[in-house]
Amino acid sequence: MHRSFGRKEKKLPEAVIDLEGLQALLDSLTIRGYTVLGPTVRDGAIVYDEIAGVNDLPAGWTDEQDAATYRLTRRDDSALFGYAVGPHSWKKYLFPPQTLLWKARRSSGAFEVEEAAPQGGPYAFLGVRGCELAAIHIQDRVFLGEHPDPTYADRRSNAFIIAVNCSTPAGTCFCVSMGTGPRAGPGFDLSLTEILEGDRHAFTVDVGSERGEELLSALPHMPATTEDERSAEAVIERAAGAMGRSMDTDGIKELLYGNREHPRWDDVAQRCLSCTNCTLVCPTCFCSTVEDTTDLTGDNAERWRSWDSCFTLDFSELGGNNVRTTTRGRYRQWMTHKLASWIDQFDTSGCVGCGRCITWCPVGIDITEEVAAIRETQEGSRHGDT
Amino acid sequence: MATRDIRELLKEQAFFQGLGEETIAFISGCGSNVHFEADRFIFHEGEPADCFYVIRSGRVALEVHGADRGSLVLDIVGEGDIVGASWLFPPYRWEFDARAVEEVSAVRLDATCLRAKCEEDPRLGYEMMKRVAEIMRRRMQSARMRLLDLYGHGRAG
Amino acid sequence: MVGPADMSGPMTPRIFRVASKRRETADTVTLAFDPLEGPQIELRPGQFDMLYAFGIGEVPISMSGMSEGSVLHTVRAVGAVTRAIYDAGEGDVFGMRGPYGNGWGLEDHPGADVLIVAGGIGLAPLRPAIEHVLAHRELHGKLSVLIGARSPELLIFQDDIARWQARLDAQVRVTIDVAPSEWRGAVGLVTELIPRVSFDPGRTVALVCGPEIMMRAVATDLMDLGVASDQIRISMERNMKCAIGHCGHCQFGPEFVCKDGPIFPYERVESLMRVREV
Repeated sequence: MHRSFGRKEKKLPEAVIDLEGLQALLDSLTIRGYTVLGPTVRDGAIVYDEIAGVNDLPAGWTDEQDAATYRLTRRDDSALFGYAVGPHSWKKYLFPPQTLLWKARRSSGAFEVEEAAPQGGPYAFLGVRGCELAAIHIQDRVFLGEHPDPTYADRRSNAFIIAVNCSTPAGTCFCVSMGTGPRAGPGFDLSLTEILEGDRHAFTVDVGSERGEELLSALPHMPATTEDERSAEAVIERAAGAMGRSMDTDGIKELLYGNREHPRWDDVAQRCLSCTNCTLVCPTCFCSTVEDTTDLTGDNAERWRSWDSCFTLDFSELGGNNVRTTTRGRYRQWMTHKLASWIDQFDTSGCVGCGRCITWCPVGIDITEEVAAIRETQEGSRHGDT
Repeated sequence: MATRDIRELLKEQAFFQGLGEETIAFISGCGSNVHFEADRFIFHEGEPADCFYVIRSGRVALEVHGADRGSLVLDIVGEGDIVGASWLFPPYRWEFDARAVEEVSAVRLDATCLRAKCEEDPRLGYEMMKRVAEIMRRRMQSARMRLLDLYGHGRAG
Repeated sequence: MVGPADMSGPMTPRIFRVASKRRETADTVTLAFDPLEGPQIELRPGQFDMLYAFGIGEVPISMSGMSEGSVLHTVRAVGAVTRAIYDAGEGDVFGMRGPYGNGWGLEDHPGADVLIVAGGIGLAPLRPAIEHVLAHRELHGKLSVLIGARSPELLIFQDDIARWQARLDAQVRVTIDVAPSEWRGAVGLVTELIPRVSFDPGRTVALVCGPEIMMRAVATDLMDLGVASDQIRISMERNMKCAIGHCGHCQFGPEFVCKDGPIFPYERVESLMRVREV
């Protein structure tokens, strides 16, 4: 009997494609006008960028990750997706680091505002992990609510999503704890599972949408066999058992709400550099600031939105003061928001267990460890009576 | 720490000067010896004022905070001073935060116990009231004068 | 599935012209705004707009009233944007988008006594609530307005206060911190006015706006008198870049001040307000 990992109910993969089929998939997307984005090796890391074909994928590479550690090493096979996630996430395409919101021009005692039309895309994302698909759904709740963000809405509705079920979790991964992986879904157009058995290199394909179905039908593919299904399930099951970390999320909202004065915040503040890395690599962090500019004539103004971080001092500026003056206050805000208040705000955790904040923290602060430390030593004796 | 030692500690404190040996022995039964590391809060605004402190060493900041103003120090008290008067007046609730500015040693006097003893012995109650009232009078006078922003006006240079 | 993008982005302002300007104090003015084209922004008392000064930036400002169809905003010059608004003259143009926020919600408390407590410029968002109660006197119980300021020359809306004080169906009291000898009103903290007006704590809704420390002190005293903490409404302020729940800056625990507030029942925020750096 197979266990089902991830949120999607297990069902039979519909087809199998080989490397040629994968190339045909990318070609079909290009022909349909998509800019195909996927993992590729650059500057010693697996990043997301435009890819022309299968040859641009990180064949035979894997990533070794731990707190404050990321290293690419060779695999002993030629897997194309045999790694976890790198510093990039799909956030940079759906919610770009910098966006022009509008331009204004002064004229005859007044001014006119010209809306910036959404640009870029349509994009096809290849290699979206379960944790990343979950992260996209989480950002949907932020940007597609009562006041949809035009750029996000445009790019999101046009994005073609090809998930690849994770086969090789990293040492910092804990998607199983967060219920987001390693099986991706739902919400993809197509979902692949990479199978390497002897000389065989193939992908089972799950279809998640009509346009996914349509695209698959245009590719050279075979119907999936029970054998294929078993192989794919084995990949996911192995991945689920290979999590580098875990987080106990039981009652986590109450835990963090009830421990705002826990001494652990002082402890982590001693280590945290307030560098903002965690918020930049996090696939769900959505905070932004706006910048209003003018040209030298003073007649043309622009408003830009850019990523911001709750770790900066002026993030909480209020009437000339800053609400969160200490690193303690800022780390507490970030983690309490991510794991607790997010649930009240958006009915979901803000954490998908991708582990990026642990890997890319320069001093190796580990969110799973911080939660565990607070859980172990809950409130009770903060008045220093001896 | 034994009641006897608390008695010795209290006898050294100005706040208790002039109280008879027997009275101090009586009060000692409500006391305990406490220490706070630098930067730890001794109590927070809004919490029940179930005690007060006589500072033996170190300094304590009495603070109030607002997100729009940051944290503001109302007063700093030190060795020999007492921290807290809210324990004497209903609804027995702290009206500000008290934070150890540096390492602080103090005698903590349990308010429920002390209030009961004051009710039991009106002479002790009156003595305690006089002492707390004098401290409050002094602090109120200081607060009133500071409200006038005296240094902010007057001489140009 | 995801719908098509709205043609007009939620961050795009419309253009408004300053119809008139009134000086309140040395650093505070009230401006009346009319749209260059299109309909006026309709705000409920307690709601706010985002005001944009060309090329400088944007700030959230509460509606302080309506006058002859114009939206009033009372602005204190504290930063670059508010300074530009303060310096504006009649005919100058600003960007504006709104309305945002939830409002005081007086309509949820028909017939209740209304107790309004304001500190400093905190009177600005309360002014339309006061005018609303005075204009619909029969819908509400007793009206009390308690106003605190640092000194007489820092009192905003002095003409309005005099007009309110002349009403026989409202109790309006003013207190200041530091008085010159010719001052004939009360001296002291605004909380000291609470026992001087009459209201039924069991059927009172209290609207409070001012510095956080003041609002906490007022709410504590009201609760001691028997006003339930969910009947006390306070107006929160936090850094805001978008006003639509996207930028994340205004978070206050689980709340987005821009869309869940800025008005909150004290019950919901009391414990958070006691923690620093939330």
